Amino acid sequence: MNQEIFKDNWELIVGLEVHTELATKTKLFCGCLNQFGNEPNTNVCPVCLGLPGSLPVVNEIAVYFAMQLGRALHCSVNRSVFARKNYFYPDMPKDYQISQYDLPTNLEGYLELPSGETIGIERAHIEEDTGKTTHIGTSGRISGADYSLVDYNRAGVPLIEIVSKPEIRTIEQAKAYVSELRGIILALEISDAKMEEGSIRVDANVSVREIGENDLRTRCEIKNVNSLKSLGRAIEYEANRHIGLYKNGESPRQETRHWDENAGRTRSGRSKEDAEDYRYFPEPDLVPLNPSEETITKIDQEMPELPSKRREKLANLTGVKPSDVALLVERNHDVFALDVIRRGGLPDQVVKHLVNNLSAGLGELTAESLAQLVQMENKSEITSTQAKKMLGELVQRGGTPAELATELGFEAIETNEIENLVDQLINQHSDEWERFCSGDTKVQGFFVGQVMKATSGQADGKLINQILNERSTSK
Amino acid sequence: MSSMVPDQYQSASEIAELVTTGEISAIEILERHLNHIEQYEKDVHAFNLVTIDEARAAAEETDKLIAKGERVGPLAGVPVAVKDNLCTEGIPTTASSKILEGWKPPYDATVVKKLKEAGATIVGKTNLDEFAMGSSTENSAFGPTRNPHDLSCVPGGSSGGSAAAVAAGFAPIAIGSDTGGSIRQPASLCGVVGVKPTYGGVSRYGLLAFASSLDQVGPFATSVKDAAIVHEVIGGYDPLDSTSIKQTSNSFLEVLDKDISTLKVGVISELMGGIDGITREVIEQANKAVSVLSAAGAQVEEISLPAALYCLSAYYLIAPAEASSNLSRYDGVRYGLRIDGANLNEMNVNTRTEGFGDEVKRRIMLGTYALSAGYYDAYYGKALKVRRLLAENFAALYKEYDVLLSPTSPCTAFKLGEKVSDPMTMYVNDVCTIPSNLVGHPAISIPFGHGQDGMPIGVQILAPPMKEPVMYQVAHTLEMAAQ
Amino acid sequence: MMSEPISPEEVAHVAYLARLRLTEDELSRFTEQLGAILNHAEDVEALELDDTEPMSHPLPIENTMREDTPSPMLKPSDFLPEAPAVEDGRFLVPKILGEEP
Ligand SMILES: [Mg+2]
Ligand SMILES: [Zn+2]
Repeated sequence: MNQEIFKDNWELIVGLEVHTELATKTKLFCGCLNQFGNEPNTNVCPVCLGLPGSLPVVNEIAVYFAMQLGRALHCSVNRSVFARKNYFYPDMPKDYQISQYDLPTNLEGYLELPSGETIGIERAHIEEDTGKTTHIGTSGRISGADYSLVDYNRAGVPLIEIVSKPEIRTIEQAKAYVSELRGIILALEISDAKMEEGSIRVDANVSVREIGENDLRTRCEIKNVNSLKSLGRAIEYEANRHIGLYKNGESPRQETRHWDENAGRTRSGRSKEDAEDYRYFPEPDLVPLNPSEETITKIDQEMPELPSKRREKLANLTGVKPSDVALLVERNHDVFALDVIRRGGLPDQVVKHLVNNLSAGLGELTAESLAQLVQMENKSEITSTQAKKMLGELVQRGGTPAELATELGFEAIETNEIENLVDQLINQHSDEWERFCSGDTKVQGFFVGQVMKATSGQADGKLINQILNERSTSK
Repeated sequence: MSSMVPDQYQSASEIAELVTTGEISAIEILERHLNHIEQYEKDVHAFNLVTIDEARAAAEETDKLIAKGERVGPLAGVPVAVKDNLCTEGIPTTASSKILEGWKPPYDATVVKKLKEAGATIVGKTNLDEFAMGSSTENSAFGPTRNPHDLSCVPGGSSGGSAAAVAAGFAPIAIGSDTGGSIRQPASLCGVVGVKPTYGGVSRYGLLAFASSLDQVGPFATSVKDAAIVHEVIGGYDPLDSTSIKQTSNSFLEVLDKDISTLKVGVISELMGGIDGITREVIEQANKAVSVLSAAGAQVEEISLPAALYCLSAYYLIAPAEASSNLSRYDGVRYGLRIDGANLNEMNVNTRTEGFGDEVKRRIMLGTYALSAGYYDAYYGKALKVRRLLAENFAALYKEYDVLLSPTSPCTAFKLGEKVSDPMTMYVNDVCTIPSNLVGHPAISIPFGHGQDGMPIGVQILAPPMKEPVMYQVAHTLEMAAQ
Repeated sequence: MMSEPISPEEVAHVAYLARLRLTEDELSRFTEQLGAILNHAEDVEALELDDTEPMSHPLPIENTMREDTPSPMLKPSDFLPEAPAVEDGRFLVPKILGEEP
């Protein structure tokens, strides 16, 4: 947490609203493809264009995904009623959004952060996405544009909006909340959850209060945050803005504000005249959703293992760094790691390779291959440099490490061969050797480098050091 | 008084039979009706558009199928007029609003699709009160429709064009929509049969929404039998309408001639003098209908529907509330009228201010207010509770009675211009029809006698949801007696 | 009859929310007319409704859903010709004031 904010006993209060686009085949209320990158206004029909006379029909998979997420967040799944949220905007074909209001699908749950803290979930409801507006003009932004163009391909794509309680107290928690939520969404395979591409969008409700106060003060809703980094920056900026206002004897106005990444600040969204009055009312074109006990039981029984549980497994088994465990789970490599370890790979080495050398993906690499490779490395049949090279090949074209090592000429070099090389070097560089023996570790790199040079990098670094140390103590 | 009403109507079932057996061609039937339209339409103005070319192509197609010996539907060669708030692919659909003038939908409403599949020949799009908001068809951006029985009178509304088209003999069948009585009241004023089906019984897909939880599409016809035939054609589950009912019993015809001696009929006392504004002659005709049913052996009793007193209030909050949201999409961005402005907001405002008529604006504002922060509970929320109360009233009555009876319209057709200046006076026209819409029950209006002015009077039969067969059965009994 | 249920200021605000512009004349006429309708609605006050559940929909049906399978889509040529202004296959709107909602 930023020290600026803490210094006068100010406390940060954040609640997050996360919108997730669901990876269904079709849109929420019509059979148009839920797909990106097509020509504008080609994935549309009378329903998602809001043509007069058209009517919505709910996609059952979108509802199922929403209920899965609700259960993963420990929510109760309820009888729900769709509602219309009325406001004029051209990217909304009907000039109302079909959402859920007082009776959402999911209510009252919580999300557990990797730190063990929990953040309350108020609700997770289903709603439709809007179209996409492009602002034409020199600025490319909405202000200063000459006119705008609207594409409805995204209109009607299913979203889940997950609303946290205002229980987030630090920027780190806010980021951890979003990345953990992302992990859950990925584990459920209900969205590709890419924040940069907008399939996850985060709005932050930010307010501050003095420590010890019980009531919440005025909050502002910050929109247009496109990465975890800007989420942190936006919250920090906004909190400081509030503190500044309070210190001046002023108060912030409750409003929606937009994060400007380039300027590093938030901006007020709309004129005062535009007081928000969405006139929610039950959507008469749709009927209530009322999932049966059996459906909810089925969802619970088929629940995949979620990140918290998966982290626990990996951490228990190996005792590796918690940050590496979190990273592997986030990358979805934890199940693979456990498989490699089960096949005889040493946990720390397996995790080290996955974290450092396999961040781009596993490709053709099998668990068995990685287990064998780690064992070869461990028996000094190959060096760590060679192992890294081999991993690159295995990822690209598969195969077994043994065959690959032969093919690449990565034969293990006999220990006595290296001993001979070390002895030669000691004779040729007696000054350096004196310095090494008297404790100057800087020259150690020189000897190792020379041996590597002579063996074209195929010698095992650990073994060289071991020999050097033996020679110096027996001197 | 000048009447445009033919001495005798040719029924849809007759036409379909003659066309199917090859005794007369669909094109000949069509030309006959087009001639009639040609002659009288300029006085009645039932249509926003007569689709001559498309109709001829459809009739020729039907004749071709028959010549090839292929199966044709139950409406083969029957001319049908469709209210201009139902989408017709490639054919302008305007809801009689300037804001949609000339708009060509890229799709057919489910009802239109079903009519075409049944072999019907769609002859045109009928006039209505703008977005179906009104009871006289005077709120049309394209001029009022006149009552074929007396051109100085309104046909009722909002489906006044459809009612007038059938009454004038322009088409034996017309399709309308009924949100608060918009099929039954004009049917009553024009002396034809009009049906509001059970909510969810007929698909709303492709119907330009006025108030989604009240709107229902239904037929106009010159006989109960024709209405039942068309109802069977257009009804049934539609996967494109989430509020459509899956289990629809679609045989309304077989019960028509069954005798009604085992039935119990309740007469709604509130609508027989209990509420002010319902004229004596209308109540008299309803009483005559009661006698007919008694004579046919039914047990008829006066009953009370206490919540009927509050229906008008509830309706004129719920319907505008839904309408205010349904009509937001007419913003000048994707279709229809645009009046430019310096920025988006100005363009929206210019377009809507120019594009909507007064009645539509009034209801949009009323509905916006009823839903707005601070007023929701007092107005919209309370109206929804009245609706529940009414449903409970009905449920209790239907434990004992098979159908209920009341007048359809509080008065016969009034003069053009007579009620336009005072919205409340106009709204009272719906007092007998609104209850069925609020609870989603079916109801039918059948012509039953005339007023002192010689204008038609209708009687309404109300039935529980999905109980159309008994509704048609009782209506048919009355129809036989009226002839 | 009770006091005026709606003021001209409220009517003006409602018109703003609904994207309608009213002339002075219209404002006073609509205020009066909406007032009369709302006054009529006051008769509901006589009812005891505290224990009555609101009924937003006439049907008791629930859970109507569709399978997640694609259905035919429109071609831009089906609907773009109906649009008041188009550029590059997209709907063109005048410049938007303020930030996105
Ligand atoms: Mg939302
Ligand atoms: Zn679509």
